[in-house]
Amino acid sequence: MQLNEMTDLFRQKAELVSAKVSEVASLKEAYEYTVDLCEKKEACQLLVSGCEENLSPKAEALCETKPTARIIAAPGMRKNNFSEFKKLADERGIMLIESGLRKHLGGIDIGFTIADYAVAETGSVVLDSSSEDLRLATMVSEIHVAVVRKSTLRATTNALEAELKALMVKDGKAPSYLAFVTGASRTADIERVLALGVHGPLELHVLLWEDKK
Amino acid sequence: MQDAKDLKEYREHIKSALSNDFQRQALDKFAKAYPVGRANAFKGHDVKALINEVARVKDAGIARLDELYDEFKRKAEALGVKVHLAKTAHEANEIIARIAQENGVKKVLKSKSMTAEETHLNDHLEKYGLEVTETDLGEWIIQLRKEGPTHMVMPAIHLSRHQVADLFSAVTGAAQEVDIDKLVKVARRELRAKYVEADMGISGANFAVAETGSIGIITNEGNARLVTTLPRVHVALVGLEKLTTTLDDALKIIRVLPKNATGQNITSYVTWITGANECATCPDQKKVMHVVFLDNGRSSMAKHESYKEVLRCVRCGACANVCPVYRLVGGHEYGDVYIGAIGLILTYFFHSKEKAKALVQNCVNCQACKEICASGIDLPRIIKEVYNDILNEEGHPAESKVLGLVLKNRALFHGLLRTAKLAQKPLKAEQGYLRHLPLIFSKEHNFRALPAIADKPFRDRWNEIKHRVSPANPRYKVALFSGCVQDFVYPEQLEAVVDILEGKGVQLDFPMAQTCCGLPVRMMGEFNAAKDVAELNVNAFDQSKYDYVLTLCASCGGYLKEMYPRVLTEGGKIPVKAQQFADKVISLSEFMAKVLKLDPAEYQGQGKVTFHSPCHLARGMNVKEEPHEAIRASGHEFVPMEEEHVCCGFGGTYSMKFPQVSKELLDKKIANIEATGAEVIVTECPGCTMQIRGGLHNKGSKVQVMHTSELLAKARKKK
Repeated sequence: MQLNEMTDLFRQKAELVSAKVSEVASLKEAYEYTVDLCEKKEACQLLVSGCEENLSPKAEALCETKPTARIIAAPGMRKNNFSEFKKLADERGIMLIESGLRKHLGGIDIGFTIADYAVAETGSVVLDSSSEDLRLATMVSEIHVAVVRKSTLRATTNALEAELKALMVKDGKAPSYLAFVTGASRTADIERVLALGVHGPLELHVLLWEDKK
Repeated sequence: MQDAKDLKEYREHIKSALSNDFQRQALDKFAKAYPVGRANAFKGHDVKALINEVARVKDAGIARLDELYDEFKRKAEALGVKVHLAKTAHEANEIIARIAQENGVKKVLKSKSMTAEETHLNDHLEKYGLEVTETDLGEWIIQLRKEGPTHMVMPAIHLSRHQVADLFSAVTGAAQEVDIDKLVKVARRELRAKYVEADMGISGANFAVAETGSIGIITNEGNARLVTTLPRVHVALVGLEKLTTTLDDALKIIRVLPKNATGQNITSYVTWITGANECATCPDQKKVMHVVFLDNGRSSMAKHESYKEVLRCVRCGACANVCPVYRLVGGHEYGDVYIGAIGLILTYFFHSKEKAKALVQNCVNCQACKEICASGIDLPRIIKEVYNDILNEEGHPAESKVLGLVLKNRALFHGLLRTAKLAQKPLKAEQGYLRHLPLIFSKEHNFRALPAIADKPFRDRWNEIKHRVSPANPRYKVALFSGCVQDFVYPEQLEAVVDILEGKGVQLDFPMAQTCCGLPVRMMGEFNAAKDVAELNVNAFDQSKYDYVLTLCASCGGYLKEMYPRVLTEGGKIPVKAQQFADKVISLSEFMAKVLKLDPAEYQGQGKVTFHSPCHLARGMNVKEEPHEAIRASGHEFVPMEEEHVCCGFGGTYSMKFPQVSKELLDKKIANIEATGAEVIVTECPGCTMQIRGGLHNKGSKVQVMHTSELLAKARKKK
């Protein structure tokens, strides 16, 4: 399968499950996309994520633990990339964090990740989530933004088997936590009506990055 | 939870389930939506091939569970996981309770696990004073309502948004709006608070990959990721059969499971956990992780020739989705913990014979589950085998024993049918229906008129008509297998074949020593009688003389073709003659469409005709398109009905055991027939004819029921 075919297929399959797919020319563009998105959205607790509902006192208390500033978490990034991202966020008054996600279990606005691989036939991003902060960033956030380098796009999961195994086994010496993420967190448990964001992100944004020209 | 003590009590449960209007509507809507979503998800894929792959990799794993367990344990323990093997459900629960105590756990969070439902883990942990909270939305709802799941994938499918709103109002102590999106958000926040406090997370696993020592979990909500990340301790409770040899095997299953379960290409999250992972609040920053494998009879099933196939189940729930009975009665009455066709089977193995013995009889044997199964399990066959096992343990009822004895003796059986014909005389009304049902039927059978036994069975008419189908140089030599219903009740359906085949170069024989195919006794769990009867029939046909064994009865046909080799298997070997016989069996429409080739010039039919697809024709004999071709070739306008392939509710002895269910299925079928505006409904099985004709007659409908043979005979131009 040609790259453009794979890209089209990926986009089509990801959009089918309500992911928002865009193209970016550089990582910087991805940061800009993310801070824009963050600025446009209501700060976490105001978005329809539950805090405005009538809740039991305990759940209510959790809502109140959230700071007033908007938060983006971008764990596991290279130092220089993170500083570049942070500069952009700071300009907009957005807090960019890379660790300590357990302090933010009430919710953050955006979790930002760079995917290890992506699979066209299912529209999935593959994320080595061995870092606890990364796992949490992609679960307690209201929006998950995942950058996919086009060079890591594969047609099928089976075509990725060796790479997946390498991520899972890590020479048999270290544990690992690997995730395929496809669309937002969803449920249809009440009357089979689709509802997004039952536990994790309400939205998944995928930014396709042409990393090799 | 299934707690009916006997068939009588179970029927009462069914009755009350049938009056649950919300559940009926919800399941009906789902039953119609599911096939569309599934077909969409599988578009462009060779579904059969994908399913066969799943069966192959599962079988390979089942054959060496012990080795896979050892390998998994070695790999996972090298990465800091403690792996346990529990022989029984109680043992598994005890291991988990002990882990909780050793780690000072007070609050437990769970992501969805059918295996934990199987062991009733929550009840057990609560006895130890632990607070257990389900996090899967559906599971949380039913936990709060203190009931069991009604579907493996959608545990709360039986509940309305109003019920959920009331429940959440009670739980939060604040009034909740009846708005699904808002209710979901309430759950999000309420459960987030629970995540923060929990000490231990319990998950299930869809896979335990031996080669890497990883567990794989598929979810849509993502709750399993939080359950396995936030608490200090993670315990995965895993059925032994979830072991796969390689990651690739697991990926093959993932290609089918979500598509088959919910029509999704893949679930939102697929999580692979290998070893004890990073955990900020844990000692040494490492998660305390345990994997508890549950045997609970699985390793002995793995060694059982017939039952090992059951372990292929990947818990997609599709067997419930397509089951016409589940659709009417819902999961609380169509299973115990496990739901659907697989639930009928697993209840016997994992729970109790007491819970299973009435339940297992509630299968109409329509084969829809077998056709849809993600791993190709022959569910209807195994349901009957379980029933036979239960009867062998508990003793066979007199009525089925007698029927078994009668069927083994053809002369006696046919003699009794002739006597019955005389006995029914005072009961017989006009048009060939019985005015009053014989006493053996209760009033609940009044939903359809039952036919009378014909004055002269086909076997007594054969000598007068056989010259018409005895050409000098036949192109094909064909033997007719009549089955008892057509022979004795609908001989005209068989006679019509003579009208169709006359002058077509077909030599038709009717071997007189043939008898009932044996399906009724097999359905009643009388396996020995079924075998004897099958032998009589195979011996009645001189295989070498015929190109085909033609049958107009789909129930017989499906059974002869698919089951005879298995029924007659002796010491693990299929007798050659049984296989030859089965291979030659063909349905009328397939014979007409594929062998003789239909020629529209021969026919002059007119008017609208619809078709009801008999279960055993469509799924037993895999004949789906040919009847449509026959109707079109006969000159009639073919108007398809909605849900053409859904069972009419006859199911042989099923309609005697569960008349209420049978009636509901028939009502639906009749509504679908009437909606087509057709003047004639064609079908290709005397059982369906009996059911549908009886139902239409009782409603005073003008729609005529015909066998494919009768339609073709009537439409054929006279020479």
